[in-house]
Amino acid sequence: MLAYNPHSLIDSRLSFDVGALNPGFLMKSTSLKGNKAQKVDQSQEFDQCDRELLINMLRRMTLIRAFDSRLPALYTQGLIRGSSHASIGQEAVAVGACFALRQTDYVTSTHRGHGHTIAKGGDVKRMMAELLGRAAGYCRGKGGSMHIADFSIGMLGANGIVAGGIGIAAGAALSVTMRESHDVVLCFFGEGAINQGVFLECGNMAALWALPVIFLCENNQFAMSARPTETTSVSDLTKRAAAFGISGEQIDGMDVVAVFHAVRQAAERARTGKGPSFVEAICYRYEGHFSGDNLRYRMKEERAAWNKKDPILNLRTRLIGANWLNVQEGDDLVRDAERQIDEALEFAKASPLPEPATAWEDLYA
Amino acid sequence: MLDERVITYSAALNEALRQEMRRDRTVFVMGEEITGWGDGGGVFGVTKDLSNEFGKSRVRNTPISEEGIVAIGVGAALTGMRPVVELMYGDFLTLAMEPLVNQAAKLRYMFGGQAQVPLVVRSNIGASGGKAAQHSQSLESWIMHVPGLKLALPSTPYDAKGLLKTAIRDNNPVVFLEHKLLYFAKGVVPEDDYTVPFGKAIVRRSGRDASIIATQAMLAKCLTIAERLAHEGIELEVVDPRTLVPFDIETVVESVKRTHHLLICHEAVERCGWAGEVAMAVLEQVFDYLDAPIVRVCGKNLPIPYSSSLEDIVIPSEQDLLTATMALLGRQEYVVELT
Repeated sequence: MLAYNPHSLIDSRLSFDVGALNPGFLMKSTSLKGNKAQKVDQSQEFDQCDRELLINMLRRMTLIRAFDSRLPALYTQGLIRGSSHASIGQEAVAVGACFALRQTDYVTSTHRGHGHTIAKGGDVKRMMAELLGRAAGYCRGKGGSMHIADFSIGMLGANGIVAGGIGIAAGAALSVTMRESHDVVLCFFGEGAINQGVFLECGNMAALWALPVIFLCENNQFAMSARPTETTSVSDLTKRAAAFGISGEQIDGMDVVAVFHAVRQAAERARTGKGPSFVEAICYRYEGHFSGDNLRYRMKEERAAWNKKDPILNLRTRLIGANWLNVQEGDDLVRDAERQIDEALEFAKASPLPEPATAWEDLYA
Repeated sequence: MLDERVITYSAALNEALRQEMRRDRTVFVMGEEITGWGDGGGVFGVTKDLSNEFGKSRVRNTPISEEGIVAIGVGAALTGMRPVVELMYGDFLTLAMEPLVNQAAKLRYMFGGQAQVPLVVRSNIGASGGKAAQHSQSLESWIMHVPGLKLALPSTPYDAKGLLKTAIRDNNPVVFLEHKLLYFAKGVVPEDDYTVPFGKAIVRRSGRDASIIATQAMLAKCLTIAERLAHEGIELEVVDPRTLVPFDIETVVESVKRTHHLLICHEAVERCGWAGEVAMAVLEQVFDYLDAPIVRVCGKNLPIPYSSSLEDIVIPSEQDLLTATMALLGRQEYVVELT
């Protein structure tokens, strides 16, 4: 058994304190242990983003949180079944990364994929309809939470197999290369997926063939209930990138601006034939592994400490601090997101369950 | 005759790949050592010289990473390409079951029809003389069990070419299992562009006394014993299903209605092998036509051993087939020797 101090992990990974909500603090660069990448002054990064982009990122992150925050109620009301996995706390990774892409670029996702789909521009109405198993859902009720896909926006699907998206992403990147397209592929996966063999196999081939793929590891501190220290031989996951001979960068995944810049650089490398990159976004899964997880494996104090790094609250605070947003506008964003989720739910409820005969559609063998 | 060209099964597969790659720029092949070894066409020569014409991007050597290359095939297929992935031995399908079973077979369905996976996974099955437990298996029944995978087992050079072209043009995943003993078998293969449809069995030999279903190396053995028994006045009808998914049950049923006897032979292990599935499907449709219980002659429930004296026990022999056929016909006391 590993002795676990709930604060040691936080302290070793991220330095932040109660002053974190002070926008002045946030303008400073974060200190990330083991980060070999060049430190960038965050205020510079922040200033490089225009107001509209940052507001849009805040809006999208708020929408993701509103969507995933609705899950427990949907279970309680008996509206959804099976498993669903909330990405509350990880919104900055999804949004920062997808906003660094072009519309035609591809994304592969994970079992915790609602945020990725929303960030890439997915329709929350069709997502909600899919969660409710309705005919109007993205997968016509055949996929549910873990298999939402929207090929019209390059979203190649959430995936119920841990690391299942990694090979698909590398394959899409090979396809892009062979078709001489300039698209890139963003591959989201959790730190739990890094120990699947397919990551070694596809990371190697992606590097060997200089494929335009960004391996974005969302290190949310938990693979189900297991911490990286219990499962992974290195604490700095970019060492795995070093094994492939590709760029590896550790970033603050609670900071949407940091994610945006890191992925934009990685996308630029990919688009210009410089091959794959690995980005480890240090973040935190505020909720359990699945809706209904009792979270016996962690202490409340830990969550409280990470609350100070809340990606949405921090961006909002920074925007208000920069006079790019006032409190009223910030509150309106939240109300607007809630309204969209209400409408999505109404849309989903209004859609019928799939006709039983459709169970036989889209099967060919 | 214009179409009397005789080439090997391996050359027929090569020609199918070459013609499809010329026809469609999205078709590409990848696998381990496919431009290396021997004359530069992989272990069995199937991809010989393709890289000279199409280059090393479309004829892509991969590392030894079976799960990865099939997974990459799935991703490429989802996004506009038509990959033909080669696994050097069918035993290595076990390493690639995740992308094949959980991804390729499922994505079109579970994404509600948004996606298609025009992927071909080529490999080979069968014992071929001392390759032992990990390079001799016939795992086609594993594949057949999964909704969402088509499955072709070509038995002749003609079918090898025509079925592979059909597989490549299919918008859904196809597992294409060749047989090691057939790669250098020869047959008539037209040079022109033809396809062999999936789900259409072929009667390789007509007969009135019993129906036999078999593919590939076992098909050859069945045809041999059919010739032998013809000398005894027994006429076997030998049916080659050509694809196991989809399976042409109608042709089998029609044959059984005429012969009233059925024997199913495969090299794969009998337990949960496809012979049981086909037998049940036949029973459901034409139980009343059968004059005797359906007989299976299949691989024994053993790993394939190395030594020839042991391997011979596991793989159905012509003598096994003769004995079983005579028993099926109620003439077990009438001993027929092979020679």
